[in-house]
Amino acid sequence: MSDHSSSYVPSNGFTRWLDERLPVLRMMHGQFIDFPTPRNLNYFWTFGGILTFCLMVQLITGIILAMHFVAHGDHAFQSVEHIMRDVNWGDLIRYTHAVGASMFFLAAYIHMFRGLYYGSYKSPREILWILGVMIILVMIITAFMGYSLPWGQMSFWAVTVITNLFTAIPFVGESITQWIWGGYSVGDPTLNRLFSLHYLFPFVIAALVGLHIWALHVVGSNNPTGVEVKTEKDTVSFFPFYIIKDGFAVIMFALLFAWFVFYAPNYLGHSDNFIEANPLQTPQHIVPEWYFLPFYAILRAIPDKLFGVIAMILAICVLFVIPWLDTSRIRSVRYRPLYKPFFWLFVITCLALGYLGAKAPEGYYLLASRIFTAYYFIHFLVVMPVVGLYETPKEVPDSIADSVLGKEATSETAQ
Amino acid sequence: MSSDQNDVGRRDFLMVAAGSFAAVGGAAALWPLIDQMNPDASAKALASVEVDLAPIKDGQAITIMWRGKPVFIRKRTAQEIAAAEEVDVNDLPDPQSDSARVEKPEWLVLIGICTHLGCIPRGQAAGDLHGDFGGWFCPCHGSHYDTSGRIRKGPAPRNLEVPPYAFVTDSKIKIG
Ligand code: HEM
Ligand code: FES
Repeated sequence: MSDHSSSYVPSNGFTRWLDERLPVLRMMHGQFIDFPTPRNLNYFWTFGGILTFCLMVQLITGIILAMHFVAHGDHAFQSVEHIMRDVNWGDLIRYTHAVGASMFFLAAYIHMFRGLYYGSYKSPREILWILGVMIILVMIITAFMGYSLPWGQMSFWAVTVITNLFTAIPFVGESITQWIWGGYSVGDPTLNRLFSLHYLFPFVIAALVGLHIWALHVVGSNNPTGVEVKTEKDTVSFFPFYIIKDGFAVIMFALLFAWFVFYAPNYLGHSDNFIEANPLQTPQHIVPEWYFLPFYAILRAIPDKLFGVIAMILAICVLFVIPWLDTSRIRSVRYRPLYKPFFWLFVITCLALGYLGAKAPEGYYLLASRIFTAYYFIHFLVVMPVVGLYETPKEVPDSIADSVLGKEATSETAQ
Repeated sequence: MSSDQNDVGRRDFLMVAAGSFAAVGGAAALWPLIDQMNPDASAKALASVEVDLAPIKDGQAITIMWRGKPVFIRKRTAQEIAAAEEVDVNDLPDPQSDSARVEKPEWLVLIGICTHLGCIPRGQAAGDLHGDFGGWFCPCHGSHYDTSGRIRKGPAPRNLEVPPYAFVTDSKIKIG
């Protein structure tokens, strides 16, 4: 697809001169103007554009925050208060960044479930999918590091608990943890390095996003039927059709985003983070941000420290290999009657783990988090390979155009 | 022919030698970049503190900072010592006798960091919970420690650590 010929025609002397030296406008035109895109994409396909918007918001607000933030154990908390009270528009910019992290994860999770539902990870999109899993991994690390920066109680104790996960490594765990801390406990050196890396990682994400889109444009978008593009009739050009659709979705998303920023900026946060970090007192309940709760539930579901950590890491890393775990011949869950209920069970599992991650790991809560943790892994390791082998798919349309035009015809007779 | 073969042998040798030098040189250049993150001279300089024990009464506990970590110092009562000593060591998750954890039975000195994931257990202040075994209780994930600071129940794998310390005089210790 990326080798489809761009219809670009330089319009003036300068662009002709540029085109012969660096055909960047030709490339952009080919990839984002006349790029052939399946004609049947639904709104779940707008989340890629929404995610690009989120990344830009985080970069811009983050670089501004860094102009006023002081990465020092004695001053970080004060400097964030200074941003909130003194800096012109500081509260708006900080709330946008903090809420932005949540919106980013919301969009990323929807984007990923979209991929799981329509089988977008299956051949030939394995590399595209793997790049996506790498992006979510780096995003998780970036958000964790960003959350540490205001140096409130939750920041400090989240860093303490998470860095202590490394002590679970046999023999060298202790030395690795001290290396991460730059001391014998979480302190000023730790805060400084977290800030340095929190500034760096979003640019790593940007680079990965570049590769992700490159890989997308080599194989082309999947679509709700999971049937590959066969003829030109199956596609429309990216501009104006999908630019408009993506733009509309970004605006709708921005409304939700703005609602949180203006009306509930602290709703997604934790009140303990308004108390400055105190290494002598642990808050009564340590709860991560909502987007980490399912992973936190998995960590705590397992009674052994080392295996708990391993399970939590595997919960993400298992996504790397699902292109090879799924044995189904067809992509879209739309035509997979046997797999469909399992897919929804998996969605419920993730939501339930998110709920349980915020509860004390005792009694029925602990039991439930164990059951759902078990299903999380069973889904990938057992259901995906086995169901694909035994399932008889429903009839899949011959082409994208068929599926779309057929539908139109039926709706016409209904009128 | 034979000189050709010599050439090949010599080239292989040069390739391997150059490769090894590059690898060793690369590793040597990398080390400072990694090691700079380890605790620095100023962190190590704070490595020891002296504590005067004279003002601490029976059953009282104080917390001091050592290397950025809280250290719990507790003057144990006779019952607490007895409770710690009479446990069957083999029943413990991390078997250790009380006498191996103290210099003098009435003074218990511990690093106040839960060995699970690093929270500060409760049990120092007067009104605190002490857990099911009369020592400390970690609220993060529910670990219970006894009057010797040993793990008795909950997810923590090890006993609270005893820092290196020595009595300088009868009523003064040096930690570190
Ligand atoms: C991948 C994109 C990013 C994510 C997910 C992210 C996430 C976060 C989060 C969750 C916080 C804590 C907010 C709070 O509780 O107050 C934070 C703070 C911060 N971030 Fe980012 N961030 C991103 C990009 C950036 C960039 C590009 C910069 C630029 C250097 C930056 C600079 C900062 C600064 C200075 C703070 C501390 C001030 C504050 O707490 O509001 N971030 N980030
Ligand atoms: S940190 Fe103490 S029980 Fe987990």
